[in-house]
Amino acid sequence: MPPAALVAGAGATDMMLRSYKGAVVAIVLALALLTPTLSAQVLPDDRLDLLYHFYEGGGMTIQGPSLLARKQIGSSVSVSASYTVDSISGASIDVVTTASPYTEKRTEISAGVDYLRGSTLLGFTYTNSDEKDYTANTFGVSVSQEIFGGMTTVSMGYVRGFDEVGRSDNPDFSADVDRHAWRLGLTQVLTRNLIAEVAFETISDEGFLNLPYRQVRFLDPDSATGFSWEPEVYPNTRTSNAIALRSRLHLPFRAALQTDYRYYADSWDIDAHTAEIGYTHGVLDRWTLDVGYRYYRQSGAEFFSDLFPFRESQNFRGRWKEISAFDSHAFRVGVNYEFMAERRGFLERSAVGLSFERILYDYRDFRDVRIDADPGEEPTYSFEANVIQFMLSVWF
Amino acid sequence: MSRQKLLAVAAAALLMGGCASVDPWVKPYERDRLADPIMSFERDPVIASHRRHVFDVREAARGAAGGSGGGCGCN
Repeated sequence: MPPAALVAGAGATDMMLRSYKGAVVAIVLALALLTPTLSAQVLPDDRLDLLYHFYEGGGMTIQGPSLLARKQIGSSVSVSASYTVDSISGASIDVVTTASPYTEKRTEISAGVDYLRGSTLLGFTYTNSDEKDYTANTFGVSVSQEIFGGMTTVSMGYVRGFDEVGRSDNPDFSADVDRHAWRLGLTQVLTRNLIAEVAFETISDEGFLNLPYRQVRFLDPDSATGFSWEPEVYPNTRTSNAIALRSRLHLPFRAALQTDYRYYADSWDIDAHTAEIGYTHGVLDRWTLDVGYRYYRQSGAEFFSDLFPFRESQNFRGRWKEISAFDSHAFRVGVNYEFMAERRGFLERSAVGLSFERILYDYRDFRDVRIDADPGEEPTYSFEANVIQFMLSVWF
Repeated sequence: MSRQKLLAVAAAALLMGGCASVDPWVKPYERDRLADPIMSFERDPVIASHRRHVFDVREAARGAAGGSGGGCGCN
């Protein structure tokens, strides 16, 4: 698709979005007005989770703590707060090949309030993510409503995001991104053992969408390597749609089978499929074992190229591997042990959990330029990552 | 209010109006297995949130990834 068509396409999608947004607002209003006194929803559990997370792969290590606390106030309000730190060391292939700087630490804080009225749950959230050169503020509102005797739950939400993009090598550089997201969900009890969910989300971005350091390469006969680098240029709008189907099936001997599928498409011509299957088994009352497999495949953005034919060969150009075509496989195992199953003092119960996930990334167009070869003949890039999560939880 | 909004309100009102007459084919007392934490779409929010972040930052796809609430009709 040529860039002009991309922008025109985004305009048409924006018109659709406005209609869709109006409909979502109207449905939220109708649900709030017509709240019947049917079976009641419940507020989330009061609990405190402490997570240590570790990621290693593609030359980078990211680790840190994450804390999530949730507490009920009275009978109809629950408040939550979370704090996450990502400490980053090492350098990804983008940094190695173009010497672009990178952030060493990211902190994220969030706060939320849930309000329960009959079978309606209203939620408000605020999240702030802060890096040396990127700040994101997000506000969200959601409503979920049980209907049909608790057989069906309808949920919807709206999220507004404001991002500020900076450059750590140029304090004068500043750019903004505006984000809107609309969510719709429907959860349905199908049988005594089966529950399913369908979720839809539209996200619309406008502003400076590429990272300022990233570079694309182009053929340059005057260069010793045969190619040179120039800055990326992305369109300033992006609209995406995603639809997901999930199910949970209860099996005998206290086991559960999870199947998830998501289809994604956006105005940059990227489409993606995510399929996941998981199995959970409860053992000896206190132990829970999890295994899972996740497959992901995406096509590349219309303006992505590993090697452009010459300098400024097109208006929009990107060589970020995250918008290139690739496949990914992830294998997960986890174990959870409830070490205090009965109430002691103010503590209701406590558990520890450990999980390990191995993720393989296989890029179809993004080439590894660290390897000496003619431009465009280098092998495609691939890497493997390991993710470890260790969690301590208490319910009170 | 636009025609679309009116239609949406009317559809929601119709849906809600039918609530009282629908007889759940899975009775509340038959939902013990659905209420089991292993059946949750998001058993441990902090783990699910971090895992979503790990994938989100390395993939172009985004949205509809869960965490938006929604119950199991277990109560």
